[in-house]
Amino acid sequence: MATSEQDRILGNPKFQELVRTRSSFAWTLAAVMLAIYLGFIFLVAFAHDLMAAKVGGGATSVGIVLGLIVIVSAFLLTGIYVQRANGRFDALTRDLQKDIA
Amino acid sequence: MRRLTLATGAGLVAFLGTHAVAWAAGAVDGAVDKQGLNIAAIAMFFLFVIGTLFITYRAAASTKSAADFYAAGGGITGFQNGLAIAGDYMSAASFLGISGLVFASGFDGLIYSIGFLVGWPIVLFLIAERLRNLGKFTFADVASFRLDQTQIRILSATGTLVVVAFYLIAQMVGAGKLIQLLFGLDYLYAVVIVGALMIVYVAFGGMKATTWVQIIKACLLLGGATFMAFMVMLHFGFSPEAMFAEAVKVHPKGDAIMAPGGMVADPVSAISLGLALMFGTAGLPHILMRFFTVSDAKAARKSVFYATGLIAYFYILTFIIGFGAITFLMVDPGYYAAGPGGVINKITGLLGGTNMAAVHLANAVGGSLFLGFISAVAFATILAVVAGLTLSGASAVSHDLYAEVIARGRTNEKKEVNISKISAVVIGIVAIILGYVFENQNVAFMVGLAFAVAASCNFPVLLMSTMWKGCTTRGAMVGGFLGLFSAVAMVVLSKAVWVQTLGNKTALFPYDNPALFSMTIAFVGIWAVSKLDSSARARSELASYDAQYVRSETGIGAASAHIH
Repeated sequence: MATSEQDRILGNPKFQELVRTRSSFAWTLAAVMLAIYLGFIFLVAFAHDLMAAKVGGGATSVGIVLGLIVIVSAFLLTGIYVQRANGRFDALTRDLQKDIA
Repeated sequence: MRRLTLATGAGLVAFLGTHAVAWAAGAVDGAVDKQGLNIAAIAMFFLFVIGTLFITYRAAASTKSAADFYAAGGGITGFQNGLAIAGDYMSAASFLGISGLVFASGFDGLIYSIGFLVGWPIVLFLIAERLRNLGKFTFADVASFRLDQTQIRILSATGTLVVVAFYLIAQMVGAGKLIQLLFGLDYLYAVVIVGALMIVYVAFGGMKATTWVQIIKACLLLGGATFMAFMVMLHFGFSPEAMFAEAVKVHPKGDAIMAPGGMVADPVSAISLGLALMFGTAGLPHILMRFFTVSDAKAARKSVFYATGLIAYFYILTFIIGFGAITFLMVDPGYYAAGPGGVINKITGLLGGTNMAAVHLANAVGGSLFLGFISAVAFATILAVVAGLTLSGASAVSHDLYAEVIARGRTNEKKEVNISKISAVVIGIVAIILGYVFENQNVAFMVGLAFAVAASCNFPVLLMSTMWKGCTTRGAMVGGFLGLFSAVAMVVLSKAVWVQTLGNKTALFPYDNPALFSMTIAFVGIWAVSKLDSSARARSELASYDAQYVRSETGIGAASAHIH
């Protein structure tokens, strides 16, 4: 890539918007995932009684329900990111490519 | 509040250590008895081998360029790649090991599944797109984009080969024992068959054959596991509550299986393990390589989405299978060997050990033919995983070490691919020898070590070189190697090696997993040394960050996998 082209991209407001919104979105989701996971691990380590508590008086425990929620949330978070990236972020990238072409 | 204090940590860590690894190592640990020949299983495995060899033959005919060999010509779709990535992850160890862990201790099995899964969103958010936009065949392409080719490739290839070696030894030993148990074949035969087939897949069929072997196996494994979970749920009228209630009734630990046991009560070990699982995933070379088999960043994203969904689904299945095994097997003495005095231990007395829970359940819900099918799938699973590892090791030797370090770029594609094929043969032979040598050794810690090295060397170098402008070659080299050596050293000094293998009295490193410390060392090392680096090269590396930044964020200028 020629330096001039590179400078043009770097100075393009669409590039700046793409990078800013995508990186804050990605880091936010990464932080959410880390918080959910470490939260679960801390509950396992420090809140045994809560995790062992029964849901609705049956055999199913709170821990198992929370564990399944962590699994499903990992999948949902990737879904949310892919949706946004394949939609808005890709559209921004295409716009940018048009600008510099 | 039971078992929650730090004081009991040591005992709990010991528990964590032995369990964590029984599954990780390759599902079967310790001495096993050879079973009678299992004809149905052997016949079905034979069909799998014929089918995959045919695919390899076809793949070999269409594998011409380096891009074909390393990256399947970039012609794998997002969904296919998602299946292949999930396949790399659904090893025999995670299928048999996690369901066995659920069988033995219930809830605790879930903690491991979750640890493995949550690395995937991180890979997607921080790594996948940049990797696809910057690289060609290996993650070293990405890490060395604006840094010194020779040095960074030596570092990346070392990181790759160390991870591959430990992973491969654990898989080979696990494979030998598992096959001895399931098929009634001698350990040595089993190891040689696995080694020979993986050489054929990789050397002749390259990434195309390796990917298709993985996809087929992933479908077979998901299909088999779905059937088992379905039969279990059918038995309980699709009520998980009814299944849990029955499991609590028949399990010797009773209600304790529904809550955390002793597994994660030491927070330092727990978090360290969690970090290794989470960030190790983002540094496993054989998985990172898969992002180059798709056409663009969009397909790379989709493949992580599908992979995460498939892996999540698979772990939910293993959880149901583990609980199903409790309810189906613990009420039937036929699945147990009586201990001294005719007493049956309902957990450890299971024939072949707790890791055989899923295999016995296959028999209980589907009869002996289905048992043969699941056994054949377990064998196929090992083969597919070792083939992926071998290809990744061979690529590090040919694409990183040979082409860039030894030949300094003065080589051609054909020669490089030939070196890769030769490397695959050598790695296969070395794996067979190591598998044989380590037969009676404790290899259980090796997968944990592979994850720790991936998290402490490959991942920090990859992340810092792509995301931090200030990262220099010197910083990456020092930090990366510090991460690698500290991870290995801490594992050697930990209980699993220092006490259990080397026979010393007390462990010099008190925790099971080094990642919390070795990752910190690596990141701080890269940061501090880069900051102190005032060489001319460092200045030019800083200046070339912008070009890398533009390409990593937009893909503009990125080579598609099949054009160079």
